[in-house]
Amino acid sequence: MNVPTNMALLACLLTPVIGAVLLGLAGKRPNLREGLTFATAGLLLLVVASLIAPVMAGQTPTLEIADILPGLSLSLTLEPLGLLFALIASGLWIVNSLYSIGYMRANGEANQTRFFVFFALSIAATMGIALAGNFFTLFVFYEILTLVTFPLVTHHGNAAAKRSGRIYLGVLMGTSICLLLPALIAIWVLTGTTDFVSGGILAGKVSPALTLGLLVLCMFGVGKAALMPFHFWLPNAMVAPTPVSALLHAVAVVKAGVFTVVKLLVFIFGVDHLAQTGAAGWLTIVAGITIVVASFIALKADNLKRRLAYSTISQLSYVVMAASLLGALSMTGAVLHIAAHAVGKITLFFAAGAIYTAAHKTLVSELRGIGHTMPWTMAAFSIAALSMIGLPPTAGFVSKWYMLSGAVAIEHWFAVGVIVGSTLLNAGYFLPIIYQAFFHKPDNNSHGQAHGEAPLSMLVALLVTASLTVVLFFVAEWPLSLARQVQ
Amino acid sequence: MSITQHLPVLQVALPLLAAPLALIVRQRRVAFAILLAASLACLAISLALWNHVQDGSVISYAIGSWPPPWGIEYRVDRLNAFVLVLVSGMASLVLLFSWRSIEAEIAEDRHYLFYTMFALCLTGLLGITITGDAFNVFVFLEVSSLSTYVLIAMGQKRRALVAAYQYLIMGTIGATLIVMGIGMLYLMTGTLNLYDMAERLGPLQGQRPVLAALAFITVGVSLKVALFPLHQWLPNAYTYAPSAVSAFLAATATKVAIYVLLRFYFSVFGQTIFLDLPVRPLLIALALAGMFVASFLAIYQLDLKRLFAFSSVAQVGYIVLGIGMGNAAGLTSSVLHLFNHGITKGAIFLLLGLVVFALGGTQLSRLKGLGKTMPITSIGLVICGLSLIGIPGTSGFISKWYLIMAAVELGHWWLVFLIVSSSLLATAYVWKFVDVAYFQSPETPAAAGRALPLTMVLPALLLTASTLYFGIDTRFTIGSATGAVASMIGAQP
Amino acid sequence: MTTLAGSFTYLVTFLLMMAGFFIIIARGNLIKKLIGLGIFQSSVYLLYVGPAKIVGGTAPILAAGFTVYSNPLPHVLILTAIVVGVATLALGLALVVLIRESYGTIEEDDILKLDILPEPETEQA
Repeated sequence: MNVPTNMALLACLLTPVIGAVLLGLAGKRPNLREGLTFATAGLLLLVVASLIAPVMAGQTPTLEIADILPGLSLSLTLEPLGLLFALIASGLWIVNSLYSIGYMRANGEANQTRFFVFFALSIAATMGIALAGNFFTLFVFYEILTLVTFPLVTHHGNAAAKRSGRIYLGVLMGTSICLLLPALIAIWVLTGTTDFVSGGILAGKVSPALTLGLLVLCMFGVGKAALMPFHFWLPNAMVAPTPVSALLHAVAVVKAGVFTVVKLLVFIFGVDHLAQTGAAGWLTIVAGITIVVASFIALKADNLKRRLAYSTISQLSYVVMAASLLGALSMTGAVLHIAAHAVGKITLFFAAGAIYTAAHKTLVSELRGIGHTMPWTMAAFSIAALSMIGLPPTAGFVSKWYMLSGAVAIEHWFAVGVIVGSTLLNAGYFLPIIYQAFFHKPDNNSHGQAHGEAPLSMLVALLVTASLTVVLFFVAEWPLSLARQVQ
Repeated sequence: MSITQHLPVLQVALPLLAAPLALIVRQRRVAFAILLAASLACLAISLALWNHVQDGSVISYAIGSWPPPWGIEYRVDRLNAFVLVLVSGMASLVLLFSWRSIEAEIAEDRHYLFYTMFALCLTGLLGITITGDAFNVFVFLEVSSLSTYVLIAMGQKRRALVAAYQYLIMGTIGATLIVMGIGMLYLMTGTLNLYDMAERLGPLQGQRPVLAALAFITVGVSLKVALFPLHQWLPNAYTYAPSAVSAFLAATATKVAIYVLLRFYFSVFGQTIFLDLPVRPLLIALALAGMFVASFLAIYQLDLKRLFAFSSVAQVGYIVLGIGMGNAAGLTSSVLHLFNHGITKGAIFLLLGLVVFALGGTQLSRLKGLGKTMPITSIGLVICGLSLIGIPGTSGFISKWYLIMAAVELGHWWLVFLIVSSSLLATAYVWKFVDVAYFQSPETPAAAGRALPLTMVLPALLLTASTLYFGIDTRFTIGSATGAVASMIGAQP
Repeated sequence: MTTLAGSFTYLVTFLLMMAGFFIIIARGNLIKKLIGLGIFQSSVYLLYVGPAKIVGGTAPILAAGFTVYSNPLPHVLILTAIVVGVATLALGLALVVLIRESYGTIEEDDILKLDILPEPETEQA
């Protein structure tokens, strides 16, 4: 391992933190502050990109930061899955920053400096999760992420924000302290290590019954993956400004959740060990139920962000379900879906925020004919919706293809049924929006005045992520090669 | 005859000398200077002693050159060296803090009396920790207790007097029970030296007077430790005492009492007592009761000082839980939390002292919008609150890790879930502060209050920073704790 | 052999302990509580001093012809304990005086009632 690569790992963590400090100091000059945000985000992307080559070549750069407890260290290790997550997070941060600047200014939001500072810190925590070298490090950054996203969720500071903040903290802290932490300590006591190792660390040391118990603790302990019944923090967090929702639902928090799930399944529990002990069977069922129930709730939700929230819950469980099938194809699909859903969902939330900013509309029923007044926004929305449903030529099609193939390959008909059925449900709650938007008469905004497209920066961000959704379909081979290495 | 040979006795003699000097001098500035010099010297001595025993050796000092067991022996091993550092460190920081903080809370012509009593309290606490003679423990215990009663009574409100009186009654009962237990041990073994007693108790295991002595000492010390349900004196005492006194007591008084418990259990009685009497299940049950009941009560408090006083009772429950579990990890967690909670609670009460200095009180209704009016103090309180909950990156996480590990090693999964559930309760009462400070607006714009002097801000921030520091660099704390446990039971976690 | 008469000292110790403890918890007057505390503490003195007299032992002064002496150490210890008791009593009484000045009463129930009311803005003595 050459020194510069290891230092690059540390740079991934430090760049957003230093950026946050500088942002805080530049609070009085908004333009300088926004410039710093871009500079930091761009720098981070460069640092992460510099790590692509070593990882593609098969290296796993490692860096030990500190020994916290005897035998337990805070350490960073980069491997393909982590690299994919880091790329998503850092890449989408730039786009999200562009969008946020437009949104915050257009809506005249207060406390913008605080927003951008904690945004940067959230990205830092996400980097920590992506690069974590052992379960302990992952847990530490996981908790830090909950804490630094809290001020973002409660940004508006009103009673609704406080209430949702309480639920956010309560569910996420509750699950992580009460379920995940005991599992972490138990794994350490039983195996003597918490390192992420290909093939897992439990095989041969932990009985099947205990494996099952630990798996239950871990899966429900990762509240950020929104597995039912610990999902309700997500729709409640919709009171936050839309850039925060975009961050939560695409870039950082939920992705950290499913990333943790996959990482634990593959590198702690071990695919073979789980297959042998049959401990992951229940997970497929629970995830499948989550997918279907969430889709039904989304069908009935009129508030656009609420519909998107439940769509997120069901999409996350796609990843969990596909990973729990333990097959090579479905695992690849699960990992790819982390990326596909990220770019798709962020586009959808960007669009929702653009509609709110330009037309002050929040309900699906108000969106008739909006495709005529906001064509670019709705075009992006449509592309992203197609990705959620899983139609070509979008990234969602590729990941769904792999997930479905994986389910068919092991003849898990429940999973197949869930995937097919929920695809229909997804169509059921996305296609009508698109149809209403484009094929009905144009409407005015809630104030009875005509309105135009969203502000330029928001529009550009929208279009960038929408095109990424399509681009990923055509260059799918590259992220696929990363995803295939996660076994 | 170098001075380093006499360090053990100097540890106690210096603050003891400082007390009458401060009394005679009457000038508050000079009294403060004497005290500060004494406590810094104590800190230096305790660090030197700690350093000396880290390799496992034991320092034995015979007072007046009378050899033990006829004379009183001061004995320093890894366990009490760690506690000595905590007590003297906290004393120095709190003393620095008190220079300005008592201006707002105690009449100026009484400041020299405050310093005198503080010196006596420090003497008592250090004496309890360092002595190897059982009756000496009682004497120093009473010295520290009596001075504590006076210090608490110096609080601004008249309720401080009632709190001090209540503590006097309960504390004296506790001390009397302890001395009864010591008396029974003396009658059975014929010696007062703790280590001589341990040898002579060997053949006497299981005899009734020994078991009775164990019971008396346990109950007596539990009163001082504020173990549920003998904790009634604590909330009032911590709430109405002057801020500096609350900080010092919260950080040291109960911790030294825990040390006494550990010393008697492991150095005198030895682990076989756990077989004769159901001490372990009892301690676990009471600790759990304390953890839950006190956390619940904390959530409903309207005054921040009182809220954190109840939190102290809950946190002491964690320490006793570790002792109750009895395995190496559990004991390590107890010794760790003794230190970690000491610095965290000390930091909290010093930060609350800043609030009292600026705003005049700590009622939650007075603290609306504190996040804007006193941002650094608020962040400090949040950080320390996170340590109480046990978030990674703080010192509280480290002790909680060992505690959960101890329960996992014993296979008591129900205990694991009880421990983590009580952390959630801690989240609830820390949330109360976050809610008031960050989600509500200040009553009046002028609620920002007076400017804070540096001698007050520095100790508070230093302790807050150490809460974070000892959550990351744990070599000192874990090293001392594992060494202490090794000297107690001869095993590594 | 342990007889009831032989355990006389311990019985008295026990009686004093319980009497003192009862007074502390059953009486609301602050001074009476202190009296109870004093009685409670005196039971300890008896616990130590009683067994100090060794059967057949003489005063603890070395003299020719005597081999069994009573134990002087508990007496020394109890002197210390008595001093501690005196200091505690003095401190307790001082607190009661101050409480009387601040509250106007030394009955616990009345003090509790007064404590529910907001604190008067008078200077504490």
